[in-house]
Amino acid sequence: MTALVKIDAVEKRFGDFVAVRCMNLSIDQGEFVAIMGPSGCGKTTTLRILAGLEQPTSGKILIGGRVMNDVSAHQRDTPMVWQSLALFPFLNVRENVEFGLKMRRVAVQERSRRAIDWLERMEIADLAGRMVDTLSGGQRQRVALARALVTEPQLLLLDEPLSALDAHLVIRMQGVLNRLQRELGITFIYVTHSQSEAFAMADRVVIMNNGGIAQVGSPRDIYRTPANRFVAEFVGRNNILTGNATVGGIDTAVGLVKTTHSVTTGSAVTLVIAADQIAISRKPAPGAVETKLISEEFVGSVVTLFLEAGDGTEFKVQLQERALAELDIHSGGSFHLTWPDNIAHILPISPS
Amino acid sequence: MSTWILRIWLGLVLLFVFMPIIFSVVFSFNSDRFPTIPLGHFTLHWYQTIWADPDVWTAARNSVIVSLSTCVLATMLGFCTAYTDYRYNFRLKGAYLALILLPPTIPLIILALAMLAWLSKIGASGQLWSIIIAHTVLTAPFAMAIIRLRLNQIDQDLEAAGWNLGASEWVALRAVVLPFCRPAIVSALCLTAAISFDEFAVAWYVGGLNKTIPVLILEIVQGNIDPQVNSIGSFVFLTSMTLVVLAQLLVFNRVMWRSA
Repeated sequence: MTALVKIDAVEKRFGDFVAVRCMNLSIDQGEFVAIMGPSGCGKTTTLRILAGLEQPTSGKILIGGRVMNDVSAHQRDTPMVWQSLALFPFLNVRENVEFGLKMRRVAVQERSRRAIDWLERMEIADLAGRMVDTLSGGQRQRVALARALVTEPQLLLLDEPLSALDAHLVIRMQGVLNRLQRELGITFIYVTHSQSEAFAMADRVVIMNNGGIAQVGSPRDIYRTPANRFVAEFVGRNNILTGNATVGGIDTAVGLVKTTHSVTTGSAVTLVIAADQIAISRKPAPGAVETKLISEEFVGSVVTLFLEAGDGTEFKVQLQERALAELDIHSGGSFHLTWPDNIAHILPISPS
Repeated sequence: MSTWILRIWLGLVLLFVFMPIIFSVVFSFNSDRFPTIPLGHFTLHWYQTIWADPDVWTAARNSVIVSLSTCVLATMLGFCTAYTDYRYNFRLKGAYLALILLPPTIPLIILALAMLAWLSKIGASGQLWSIIIAHTVLTAPFAMAIIRLRLNQIDQDLEAAGWNLGASEWVALRAVVLPFCRPAIVSALCLTAAISFDEFAVAWYVGGLNKTIPVLILEIVQGNIDPQVNSIGSFVFLTSMTLVVLAQLLVFNRVMWRSA
């Protein structure tokens, strides 16, 4: 594996506002990288810098080993799938797809053939003559993909491409994107604020906050071992507790949390317990935390219960919908939470 | 019931507005020299008269040259200013826009006098192209307003999508922005041509001996009562109306304007 994209100490300022701060990231050939973060975290700016639509204030961008800082947008081979899709409303589907080839002066017949080829690949060849504003959201999405991929780039940039689609279409398009990326073996850099999209598709997830990288890792790494409090909170469905290290565990407001991590005794510690690691029961057990139910949230077959312990500490517990029946959640009373020893993830102490 | 009252009211208003023009058209086919009722008999005499009049032909030729040149120049200027407004932010942009939109708010007679004074000072008055210059100044704001309206609807990413797919800024302007603005551009061409075709005061002041149709009409009316005026007027009205209706259709045509 060789690095296709290298972001080297890149910083981007808009006046006093720092959109991207000292960013270092290396992306391999054929990798699917998702950049995720809250709005305003700099993820879209990073993508626009890669496409040459913004100039970094300092630092270097390398693509395929070549410094791209002075290469203008139209000379880079970094097609983008836009959040708005940005299809050309005055062209029909085939002409939209042909646009990139036309700009590269590919002969008329050749570009028509390749456009149709890609439309077939995206299973929308029968729409070739239609104007884009007569298409459904999913069809337009496919046109946008075909338009970006028709020049067979090494790198595809995607800026929240699925954010305008219905939930069931999102899942389908995720499948399409994953299949395409594997088949073509090209690098995808995918910006999104949706955790489910990022975790479902990406080899590696970059979490950004305030213009900087908060964590880079596989979806599993980020989910199970968040590097800091921001990531733990952003990834969601994590229970975050604070306490002091004592012998054999962390002393928190809800009791001793056992851990074998070596932590200096007496130091303040933040720990994370994933919501799906917590067992919930109606029966008291030794060491269990007693809580009251505050609210619940259903997403498909997964339920998240929001509970509160006697001292006000909030807990989130995730479980399957079918496990809910035996809990009888609406009859009031208390719930007892337990979790396996050593399951708590200790956040490294960061200067911030 | 109330909608019927409204419709009748609207009909009356339109009748009031268009009555003089309707009369002018009716009298252009009337055999009597004086516009009186009852009418005389139907005739094409006045049309035959203007058809045979070389002055009318010259004026018509002048008008066509002036309005065609004006509409092209004004629309080009209008597009450039609208695009500047869309694409760039700069200090005093508000002043820049106000300045561009200013000419139509100046009373025509003042504008005409000022134009004459200035153009004669630089030795550019009394020519056909003097009228073209003056009319371009006068009509460019309209072109700008129409095209700006269209650019307000453009997807902010559309032009960048062009660059992203390999179009340089010039190519993207031609291959993305211009096609997107096409209905507005055609509409601006029609409207500016119509304004120029109808315009009298400025043309009369700066045109010297070069008469456009409105100037010719005035000259005919000044001399005597001649129903020729009615037939020329009918032509002018038909031309302008066609252009304006065309412009309106393009501006309000949902299909042409639909954007992604």
